Amino acid sequence: MRAAPLLAVDGLRMHFFTKAGVVKAVDGVSFTVGRGEILGLVGESGSGKSMTGYSIIGLVDPPGRIVGGSIVFDGQDLTRLDAAAWRAVRGNRIAMIFQDPMMTLNPVLRIDTQIVEAVRAHADVSRESALARAREALVRVGIASPDERLRAYPHQFSGGMRQRVAIAIALVNGPDLIIADEPTTALDVTIQGQILFEMQKVCRESGTALIWITHDLSVVAGLADEVCVMYAGRFVESGPVADVLDRPLHPYSRGLIESVPSRNARGQPLRQIPGMTPSLLGLGAGCPFRERCASATARCAESPEVTEPAPGRRLRCFHPAH
Amino acid sequence: MAPRTESPWARFRAEFAESRLAMAGLALLVVILALGILAPVISPQNPYDLAQLDVMDSRLAPGEKSADGRTYWLGTDDQGRDMLSGIFYGLRISLGVGVASTVFALAIGLVFGLVAAYFGGWVDTIIMRVVDIQLSFPAILIALILLAVLGQGVDKIVIALVTVQWAYYARTVRSSALVERQKEYVEAARVLALGQARIVFRHLLPNCLPPLIVVATVQVAHAIALEATLSFLGLGLPITEPSLGLLISNGFQYLLSGKYWISFYPGVALLLTIMAINLVADQLRDILNPRLRK
Amino acid sequence: MLAYAIRRFGQSLFVLVLMSFIVFVGVYAIGNPVELLVNPQADEVERARATAALGLDKPFLEQYWVFLKGAASGDLGRSFVYNVPALDLILDKLPATIELAFVAMVIAIALGIPLGLVAGLKPDSAIGRGIMAGSILGFSLPTFWVGLVLIMVFSVQLGWLPSNGRGDTLAVAGIPVSFLTADGLAHIAMPAVNLALFKLSLLIRLTRAGTREAVLQDYVKFARAKGLPQSRVIGVHVLKNILIPIVTVIGLELGSVIAFAIVTESIFAWPGTGKLLIDSINQLDRPVIVAYLLVIVTLFIVINFVVDVLYSMLDPRVRLGGAAASH
Repeated sequence: MRAAPLLAVDGLRMHFFTKAGVVKAVDGVSFTVGRGEILGLVGESGSGKSMTGYSIIGLVDPPGRIVGGSIVFDGQDLTRLDAAAWRAVRGNRIAMIFQDPMMTLNPVLRIDTQIVEAVRAHADVSRESALARAREALVRVGIASPDERLRAYPHQFSGGMRQRVAIAIALVNGPDLIIADEPTTALDVTIQGQILFEMQKVCRESGTALIWITHDLSVVAGLADEVCVMYAGRFVESGPVADVLDRPLHPYSRGLIESVPSRNARGQPLRQIPGMTPSLLGLGAGCPFRERCASATARCAESPEVTEPAPGRRLRCFHPAH
Repeated sequence: MAPRTESPWARFRAEFAESRLAMAGLALLVVILALGILAPVISPQNPYDLAQLDVMDSRLAPGEKSADGRTYWLGTDDQGRDMLSGIFYGLRISLGVGVASTVFALAIGLVFGLVAAYFGGWVDTIIMRVVDIQLSFPAILIALILLAVLGQGVDKIVIALVTVQWAYYARTVRSSALVERQKEYVEAARVLALGQARIVFRHLLPNCLPPLIVVATVQVAHAIALEATLSFLGLGLPITEPSLGLLISNGFQYLLSGKYWISFYPGVALLLTIMAINLVADQLRDILNPRLRK
Repeated sequence: MLAYAIRRFGQSLFVLVLMSFIVFVGVYAIGNPVELLVNPQADEVERARATAALGLDKPFLEQYWVFLKGAASGDLGRSFVYNVPALDLILDKLPATIELAFVAMVIAIALGIPLGLVAGLKPDSAIGRGIMAGSILGFSLPTFWVGLVLIMVFSVQLGWLPSNGRGDTLAVAGIPVSFLTADGLAHIAMPAVNLALFKLSLLIRLTRAGTREAVLQDYVKFARAKGLPQSRVIGVHVLKNILIPIVTVIGLELGSVIAFAIVTESIFAWPGTGKLLIDSINQLDRPVIVAYLLVIVTLFIVINFVVDVLYSMLDPRVRLGGAAASH
């Protein structure tokens, strides 16, 4: 067994209390991330993967609320922190990058302002030394002529460049963990590859752990060490990325993997998962996937417990594939 | 979301009723409208009939009794006019002027807005340039100058209000008609060679209605407030047909001697009227604005 | 930039000439001022002499031409009533109006933006709802009636504040202002609050709507993810974005505040241009009405220009004309 993980999310539950009823956006999710490790958090839109990310960094807004579970980061349970203590962690030890780079930078503030404020929110340093760190961070994410770029406004940058700036802002305080919420989906494919490469490189170099939230299994395959699959707000299965992708145990992960086009299966029709993702509003007990699952039995109306079918593998299913 | 199967109208009513404040506003508005319409029936006195006025009863405080034993619940003005009756009749005039000017301005603005959107080109440019120039000046200034030129009278003030208001409708109609015009069904109607008037009135018009209803509701309140202001400045209605603004203006000179009621109660009536309309308008805007739709 | 400024200037000049014609035509139609000015017992000869003295016997277009020539050299005619240049009369009263409008706007901005922010950040809280209810009330209250109520309460009942006039003034760079003396402050308090009320409600709504939209934006979430204190997220990231539409509206409303000062000045007998306008309309003092309108139109044009400049300073996307964007 390894040393205590950097982050251990255990039985996390985050619900939205709307007028129409309770939406269980995250309902029992557990995983761990070791220092310097890359975790791929995979699921369809609405699976609660982004909300899990927001929960970890403490950006859940009302009517959403963390109602259960723990988020232990470097020995302290974040869910017990008060607002000020959580703010000190946010952007300093845990950073986040968002999906759409066109929207994440403030359009009316210069790049230098936006990086320097991130530095000075956590360290009592002069503007000059904050600027020096900003310049350094831009260089690390592969931005040429940083001095010129620092004085620019976001609208003068392309989407890929803006995402690099956002990554630089996330990196600037040397965090232990970065949560990346589909940061490449909004970009061109060629740029996607560059950003992925850059991200992987910086994280390896600096020993920063990374949670990469995505719906794209092919991204996870090339990037992550571990993968955790979510469905309808709930944990499905997790394990080392090669194991899970080669031998998925849960019928949902298997369906997900089979629906990705691959070179080996060229010419064959793609498999699809029948049916639709269930509404999270008033979703009851039992496996949420049972309506669409070929292996489902009457027993699936109860909620399965999380089991450990193999070392390092965790699963929540009564009828795992073999 | 649970599927809803009710008619659009039923859904509209249900959504409107979601805000208790808006329902209160609507109820208040209905009461005010009833008071205005029924003024001749329910007023204790006809405030315009000089024979019914008694100078001995002038400037009585609220609650005091007249020589022949009637109670003036809201007091009397300098001519011995019962303020309660004056307010009912004043409401009638204020509401009448507000609604009439809105209807005319809406009709004119609708036509110009649709024409501008449908024909585009130089027609659009000219109409919208006039609208822009006019809207860059405060309504009160334009109305003031117009009344200074035209003189007093109900017809004059309606003309002034229509003149300052039509541009709002023209702009609203044009912008939503332009959006609609881009849509496929209008193109389809053109391909089907439907008449231009038919395209405009059967296809463009109905889709411009929601924003227009919101603007019109707000504008009725504006028109009433503007009329009252102009009358207060002595430029609106003649003294023979006192609207709420004129009643307030009448009482102004007695305010400093502590006879507050002559100005105060007509002001309260005016405030309640405008507030009721604004509450209804706010809720209408929330319901009819697709951007705020959940 | 220069080409833009020149084009703007040309447009402004066109609007000004157009307005002068419309105003002149409109005002020309007002009754005969001679009737008001000469002795009712005066005979025809005397009337004709008065008419000729005022230049009213000439054809309309010639009167306009004379007016236009004069206007180009800063002469907007002489007041029929006071027999002094109309422009001097306006400029003499203008500082009082501008001071009133300015103080009112300061009150509206100083209260409206913070209250709107609070209401926008906590739309469902009691305080947020309270602020909104207050702004609906402020929108519904007719300005002139609020003025009367203020007088009723603070002058008649409590006797705290004077109900009319401007009070003691102090000259700053040759321009008399009220807000530097205690007496002046007492005099300006009620009219300024009265005039500010509507704009205050407007600013509250505008700020609230902008805030509600801004807090949902990703850049606000990203700013919070950086661990910035709430004060910086709100005070810089949210505020700077919502300030763009607010500055535009404030600029545009400045003109309407000056126009609405007509009402407030009439109620509080504030010796400004608005009161002068109403008096002039009642006395059919044509040149003063025309001069007032032209001065106001010029003021509007200047304000619009300043707003455009401010706007481009706040929004970098406008400043660089979007041309520098590299997508």
